[in-house]
Amino acid sequence: MGATTAAPAKGKRRAAGPLFVAPFMVLFLLLFLAPLGYAAYLSLFQERLIGGTAFVGLDNYVKAVQDPLLIHGVGRVALFFVIQVPVMLLLALLFALALDSGLLRLARVIRLGIFVPYAVPSVVAALMWGYLYGPDFGPFAQLSRNLDLPVPGFLSEGWMLGSLANIVTWEFVGYNMIILYAALRTIPHELYEAAAMDGAGAWRIAWSVKLPALKPALLLTLLFSVIGSFQLFNEPNLLMKVAPDVISSSYTANLYAYSLAFTGQQVNYAATVSFLLGLVIVIASYAVLLTANRRRTP
Amino acid sequence: MTTTTPTVTAVAVTDTVPVAPRRRRRSRSRRSTPLTIAMLAALAYFLLPLFWLLIASTKSTQDLFNSFGLWFSDAPQLLANIKATFTQDDGVFVHWLLNTVMYAVVSSVGAALLAAAAGYGFAKFRFRGDRFGFNLVLGAVMVPTTALAIPTYLLFAEAGLVNTPWAIILPSLVNPFGLYLMRVYAQDAVPDSILEAARIDGAGEARIFFTIALRLLAPGLVTVLLFTLVATWNNYFLPLIMLNDPDLYPITVGLSSWAAQAQNGGAGASSDMLALVVTGSLISILPLVVAFLLLQRYWQSGLAAGGVKQ
Repeated sequence: MGATTAAPAKGKRRAAGPLFVAPFMVLFLLLFLAPLGYAAYLSLFQERLIGGTAFVGLDNYVKAVQDPLLIHGVGRVALFFVIQVPVMLLLALLFALALDSGLLRLARVIRLGIFVPYAVPSVVAALMWGYLYGPDFGPFAQLSRNLDLPVPGFLSEGWMLGSLANIVTWEFVGYNMIILYAALRTIPHELYEAAAMDGAGAWRIAWSVKLPALKPALLLTLLFSVIGSFQLFNEPNLLMKVAPDVISSSYTANLYAYSLAFTGQQVNYAATVSFLLGLVIVIASYAVLLTANRRRTP
Repeated sequence: MTTTTPTVTAVAVTDTVPVAPRRRRRSRSRRSTPLTIAMLAALAYFLLPLFWLLIASTKSTQDLFNSFGLWFSDAPQLLANIKATFTQDDGVFVHWLLNTVMYAVVSSVGAALLAAAAGYGFAKFRFRGDRFGFNLVLGAVMVPTTALAIPTYLLFAEAGLVNTPWAIILPSLVNPFGLYLMRVYAQDAVPDSILEAARIDGAGEARIFFTIALRLLAPGLVTVLLFTLVATWNNYFLPLIMLNDPDLYPITVGLSSWAAQAQNGGAGASSDMLALVVTGSLISILPLVVAFLLLQRYWQSGLAAGGVKQ
């Protein structure tokens, strides 16, 4: 590009380019890189009862990787990721394929209706579902009492992770569905016609033509889901008020970092945990990218 | 990166565009009732909580406990609930609503303009370090915003920015994914030939950007704007840690503080709080739901551009 550009114009272009980029980049440095750098710096110190703050090298990291609370928190969000993300993406994929198949009546209403939860703040989503799950005036509890059935323990220890997964699924299926649906609409129609002429049915076309074409979009939704799952905070933070015995202050890694910083006042250790959590997410994202790319090549 | 242009995908998602009319005709004759019923069942799941919220906001706290959750009680009092929500604690809910609007509008307009200028700069100019700068931002797309929030809080505490509106607005101004989207968009939407023609006519770079490029970038700009708007409107973690003055709260943190009061109050003095939390929740989601329904074309094209590009 730009090979035919006249020489005098090019000189001018070089001068103006950085000016357009500068405001964003300055804020990016101040609000993205500086906090990360500051957290990295803080994580090298420790507050001592005597003698104030002391440089301790990587001691905080050594402590963090052995901290059972942090390990459990990360383990829990990893489990959440393994359960929730496949369900959510599979549903989104099925809905997108159904919408794209042209077989639906009321397709527009269905598409918008499934997407609407995305516009609901996660705080409101968690509050609503918290009340719906509740044993007092939740409709599920009311129905089971009327039918003389045991009240389902959505907020009990055993069910909680599933109940959280349901809230997040409810919020984000529609968003992922729209991304996949939009990608489906860009597949050239000749491909379907060629496949149909070769005798492929609707399922065969979905499997052999549509799915491979969806790969980039699926990868994007997967990446967003990795990032979302590992920083899980809002939903457990709100359900905590309804079920304080089940959700502890270290239920997820992010809740743990929050309570370290604001309840425990352990600023240096909180910075370490935040930094490590960010690192875990970046590594997980790259792992997803690498696996996807490796599978694509052979 | 794939080469599909965002404009193509933007067009492809809207229903009104004639997408291969032959398929349309064929598909109309073979609509599937079982599939439609299955999808309507799925739709019911997604609308159920919202239906419950609508019903619940017509009830007094007592009726919430004493009547069936999925139908109206004998004494609906939606208007009374709305009035109570707006007058509780000297109208603090109005503060929250206005704060949310202010944070969301300033952040999204700022973020969209910053991303548009930088995306245009990266797409249409060559300069030292341009590739490095862009890749640096691209790498940041993966850094989770909440993992960044506590470090940002610690830094802002040093700078004395905590517990001010800036603590919410400044971090929302930087949207790495928005920059990426705008660069991709500017590549195709702003033809080099138009820029050259304007330069030959003697227009300055700033004037070219504001009068020509910005107009061509408008659809991408609206997409970034809308998604930053939603992200800021729905943001909970950042204001939760940055603010402790209830008059500065956005609606998410405010509602959650009311919910905590309702939970702790039990049947005591704050027993009416529950109805307020429910009604406040309903009021808080209406503006965004309406905005999404009205601006369908924009966000769908934006998601399309984001989803197809790699």
